[in-house]
Amino acid sequence: MRILVCIKRVPAPGARIVVEPDGQTIDTANLGFTISPHEECAVEAAVQLVEQHGGNVTVMTLGPEGAEEQLRHAVSVGATDAILIPAGERDWDPQATARALTDAIGDAESDGAFDLILFGNESADSGGYQVGVRVSRALGRPMVNGIKGIEIGKGVVTLRRETDGGSELYELPLPAVVGVKEGITLPRYPTLRGRLASKKADVRTFEAGEQPGGQSMVALANPPEQVKQTVMLTDAAAAVDVMEELGLL
Amino acid sequence: MILAIVEHDRGTLNELTLQALAVARDLGDVEAVILGSAGAGLAEELGAHGVSKVHVADHELLADYGPDAWAETTRQLADAIGAEVVLAIGSDRGNEVMAHIAARLDAPMVANVISVTPGEDWGVVRVRWGGSLHEEALVVAPLKLLTVAPHALAASEVGGPQAEVVPFMPSLSDEGVTRVIDRATLAEGITLATAPIVVSGGRGVGSAENFSILEELADQFGGVVGCSRVATNNGWRPHSDQVGQTGTRVAPDLYIACGISGAIQHWVGMMASKKVMAINTDAEAPMVTKADYALVGNLHEIVPAIIEEIRNRRG
Amino acid sequence: MSDLPGGANVVVIGAGIVGNGLVWHLAELGWKDIVQIDKGPLPNPGGSTGHASNFIFPVDHNKEMAALTLDSQAQYEEMGVQVTPGGIEVARTPARLEELARRMTSAKSWGIDSRLVSPAEVSELVPFLDDSVILGGWYTPSVSVVDSLQAGTIMRERAQAKEALTVASNTEVLDVEVAADRVVAVVTDKGRIETDHVVVACGVWSPRIAHMAGVTIPLVPAVHQMIDVGPLPELQATGNEIGFPIVRDMDTFMYERQTAGSMEVGSYAHRPIFHRPDDIPSLDESLLSPTELPLTMDDFDPQLADAIELMPFLGEAEMRYGINGLLSLTPDAMPLLGETEVRGLWSAAAVWIKEGPGIAKMIAEWMTDGYPEIDPHSSDIARFYPYQRTDKHVRDRCSEHFNKTYGIVHPREQWETSRLARVGPFYPRSVELGAVFFEAGGWERPHWYEANAHLVEKYGVEDRPHEWDARWWSPIQNAEHLAMRDGVGMVDVTAFAIFDFTGPGVVDYIDTMAVNQCDVAVGRAVYTPLLTHDGGFKSDLTIMRLGRHHYRVVTGGFDGGRDSHWFKINLPDDGSVHMEDKTSAITTVGVWGPNARDLVSRVTEDDIGHEAFPYGTVKFVTIGEIPAMMFRISYVGDLGWEIYTDMEHGLKLWDTLWEAGQDLGVTAVGAGVYGTTGRLEKGYRLMGAELESEYTPVEAGLARPKVKSADFIGKAAYLAARASEPEAIMCTLTMEDHTSAAGIKRFPTGGNEPILTLDGERIVDSQGRVSRVTSAGAGPSVGKFLLLGYLPPSHAVEGTELQIMYMNELYPVKVAVAGSTPLFDPQDSRMKQ
Repeated sequence: MRILVCIKRVPAPGARIVVEPDGQTIDTANLGFTISPHEECAVEAAVQLVEQHGGNVTVMTLGPEGAEEQLRHAVSVGATDAILIPAGERDWDPQATARALTDAIGDAESDGAFDLILFGNESADSGGYQVGVRVSRALGRPMVNGIKGIEIGKGVVTLRRETDGGSELYELPLPAVVGVKEGITLPRYPTLRGRLASKKADVRTFEAGEQPGGQSMVALANPPEQVKQTVMLTDAAAAVDVMEELGLL
Repeated sequence: MILAIVEHDRGTLNELTLQALAVARDLGDVEAVILGSAGAGLAEELGAHGVSKVHVADHELLADYGPDAWAETTRQLADAIGAEVVLAIGSDRGNEVMAHIAARLDAPMVANVISVTPGEDWGVVRVRWGGSLHEEALVVAPLKLLTVAPHALAASEVGGPQAEVVPFMPSLSDEGVTRVIDRATLAEGITLATAPIVVSGGRGVGSAENFSILEELADQFGGVVGCSRVATNNGWRPHSDQVGQTGTRVAPDLYIACGISGAIQHWVGMMASKKVMAINTDAEAPMVTKADYALVGNLHEIVPAIIEEIRNRRG
Repeated sequence: MSDLPGGANVVVIGAGIVGNGLVWHLAELGWKDIVQIDKGPLPNPGGSTGHASNFIFPVDHNKEMAALTLDSQAQYEEMGVQVTPGGIEVARTPARLEELARRMTSAKSWGIDSRLVSPAEVSELVPFLDDSVILGGWYTPSVSVVDSLQAGTIMRERAQAKEALTVASNTEVLDVEVAADRVVAVVTDKGRIETDHVVVACGVWSPRIAHMAGVTIPLVPAVHQMIDVGPLPELQATGNEIGFPIVRDMDTFMYERQTAGSMEVGSYAHRPIFHRPDDIPSLDESLLSPTELPLTMDDFDPQLADAIELMPFLGEAEMRYGINGLLSLTPDAMPLLGETEVRGLWSAAAVWIKEGPGIAKMIAEWMTDGYPEIDPHSSDIARFYPYQRTDKHVRDRCSEHFNKTYGIVHPREQWETSRLARVGPFYPRSVELGAVFFEAGGWERPHWYEANAHLVEKYGVEDRPHEWDARWWSPIQNAEHLAMRDGVGMVDVTAFAIFDFTGPGVVDYIDTMAVNQCDVAVGRAVYTPLLTHDGGFKSDLTIMRLGRHHYRVVTGGFDGGRDSHWFKINLPDDGSVHMEDKTSAITTVGVWGPNARDLVSRVTEDDIGHEAFPYGTVKFVTIGEIPAMMFRISYVGDLGWEIYTDMEHGLKLWDTLWEAGQDLGVTAVGAGVYGTTGRLEKGYRLMGAELESEYTPVEAGLARPKVKSADFIGKAAYLAARASEPEAIMCTLTMEDHTSAAGIKRFPTGGNEPILTLDGERIVDSQGRVSRVTSAGAGPSVGKFLLLGYLPPSHAVEGTELQIMYMNELYPVKVAVAGSTPLFDPQDSRMKQ
């Protein structure tokens, strides 16, 4: 089977985010970049599916030239080939991103459709929750988000989504689009040889024009930090007093 | 006029929806849509949250959750009633349904807003990076599609009159393909995301076995156990227990952090907790300095002592 | 949350390996009320210690570093935080094999057990290594791995157990207050601490903290990349944190070190990647820690193939973790230790794990006793001149030496970057004469002149057949030497550092500083040691009395910074002595040789005859139209003068002398003669080589028959040293046979080669000091290759046959002189006629 995974290059999440004085970007000097975590899991899920069912995994991203690093990382952990849609250093809005991806997918599918297209549930940095859905709609394929389990059946894919207190199952006809959530599987690390091979992999470029939508960013800011005084408790009894005060006992 | 999606699962309200209604009220007259007749019973209480009219959409494809059917129904209703804004809580379902509506309309959608300023162009502030960054944005569209960041605003009752309840019959055809076909339920109803008390452990717990005292403490309140990324990475707890930016976000009444230093990626996952109690050997640990209450000492002694104290008081 | 005291005897800023070591050693030496501050949490505040590889290869060519490393290993061992898996440096090239032989030699000097091993033996020790890619290895069983964080905790707790220490973590230093060039307080976000002593032990942040006090600490935070590769079943099977020797793949600038079930692969092969102390992220702005920055994988990629080639099993293993780890680099790759120009503000920066506890002890002694037991000569922060503390110089030099971390560095190796920074007035003439410049304290100093190449044939000077011995050397040096002895040479000694001292208290002050009597007639000059409080060498220099209340001190260009600092910190508080640095105002040319008087007398009206201008005196004269000061002295053993004039007159002075000497056989003579061949023939000692704080003037053969009545620094120890027999004597040795096993003539470089008995045993004196070559070079006029070194009295007997080891081979040597009598012209008749 043929699987496409759409990924995004994001500053590595985990550290305190510092906004640059111009309010337009965040300071990434000491952060480094990574594949957005949900998508990193999507790459792993895709690689496992083709290990199981045969086929190949293509990775695609829209982003700056530097995003080639994330494409090659995906290749180093088992993706077969990679497509970069150059978009400069500035984020495109979700509609523009979805339109460009749709065009690029169309181009990549000139010799046949992908059986599955995987997205991350949402990107770690902008968290718009929509690009995958927009692409699925444009392609006329069904999509469900928040997926933590994928099983391929005959012409269908069964998807599992966690909810409060349980999980839901969906069955979509192929070809389909899936929004993957971190935790679906643990992404592997590249081997040294995998890394070396990825340096030689061919990264194709697809040029797409930017067709902006109706949402535009004005500025970024760090939320005000809450200042509160910690009450130091001396012993277990004091802790239980607090629990009583809070009406929890 | 504002159309709010009332999120429910086969009739059980997602309480977070009420937070979205608090935002909606500030924008104008609020009408609500309940998707599927299973949720019809929720209509009455919505008046108290400022909803003037509730549209109960009924269709066989709305018998259970399905993003396409929910989205298409809402789109048709918004069109029919001339809504200016469609709004939902920024939950998994809320964001998903809103994205499907946006895709259908090829209109912008703003996820996880915390404030909205109507105008010629609408200004919004939304959260990014799991809450650690605010983005000010402009939205230009005839129909504004917004989801509200969970826990950004408290739900509150405004004591309005009972809402008018009207049926709505959508026209749906192939939207059923993405519907829930089956589900599995966990044995207990309480999850990390909904538990009133979360007892969470980190590096200081030391091993998988040592989490048993945290389980025992959680059991005193019907709470659940969570963990930091360190505990997951060490294989002490499954990923599903992880609280944090890349794990589950929680907002319990009390979050007890045991042996968790309080790295920022953990903090963003539990900062919505109403109260935080830290148990840590290091009085200078970020978790201790940020918590509401702190006990400095060895958790392996303190946690059992708390359990015993609770038992004593309960007799 | 501990309360910060408002005052302290000493504030140690930093809780890495150095800061933690310091608080312990200070407490051991009796300090109380120590406050230790770190911005980060404990036990890992996020500095370089927290991500260090923690392994220690004890052998170093540098004596000071080797001593500090051995002391540190002993301290780690005593704390129980050390394991000893051994370590191997492997060679992929013949040049590296030679370097390993050189390392064997240094290991012998410091008494560290090690051996050269064949490829097959390497793979016996490290079975997963492909021995077909290496030519051999060098195995040191005592290579160790330490737990530096645990060591830190232990050392802090020991200081706390003595009730000497308050630790304040999560406390940020906001200011270091200075009043009247003295540190007075440290201001933190949790309060202000008044104190007379502050130690900056902040690793990569040290420049930032020192800057608060107006002090420049010349280091740059630099990236060292490492990745963690695994899991590897072969390593997991050991069940150990580390079960196999650490491998240094020297020719690829990498190492492979087991960490439990995986392999840490570190690299010094990538491009230099530098940061700025102010731009290092805070703990919460960092993914891992402030000094564990995201790996820039493109920089590491080229090393992957090398790693797989040496250890094929790494190919299929996963890269689980990787960092751009920050560590501290300095312009000369040595630490930055000692009191800064602000009194009471100490630097303890640019220290690695392997020498951390040793350096902590050294600084604690230094702060307590005035000088440490191990001579800090090559790591004293005072060694850097102002231009050497500029950002550009630091970065240029660090860029140049970063990839030499595992490189093969010749003892005479010259820098390529940041040159032409200090240029004297003779420079254009030197260039015309084809000077090959070596750097001396930043000055461009001719080492030899290609224009003198014709003299090589004239004097029949042999070349050196081995490239290593001939590197940064020329037979022209020996030819210039002989030409000077035959006629007259002119030597550019502009690199001298010159300080003038004036004021009513100057006679007492100079007497306090110098061993020898300096209350001499105006116009007299005195060569004298300066001692540490313990009676070891601090410096040797000449002091001229130019007036009743005016002294001029002339010292070597390499030593100017350290000497300047020593003079400054000992200046009287009452302002009765004024010190002025004249280095940049005055240039100097040496004129030496049998024809020196003939030459100079042609261009001056002043009487420079032996009677009118005796040896050891100074005169103000006119040379041509140039006012100059002549000092009758010689460091090369021939008649002549150092001639001083204002910088702007220098070129005219040179030209005047040069023209006057044309028919006298005047030859431009380089520092190869001045610093090596001429000096060695006369047995003159050099600071930093023969002279160091671990030896006394008595042992160096520089004690005068009488001791002046005035008190001076180190006098008590000096008197004690004179009262007992010396335990070592500086000797001149001659090399008796140069032929190596391969049948070629070898010429030692003079880099700490061990002096051995005929049985091949190390020679160690009663104080544990090892006999080694401190300087080596040709003696063209005596027809011998000369070596200097300290020997115990039992061996310091003229005629004694011994051996030296050079590049792991033994060569016969003989004691030619025990003591300071020159081998060439023992009566000094050439100089004093």
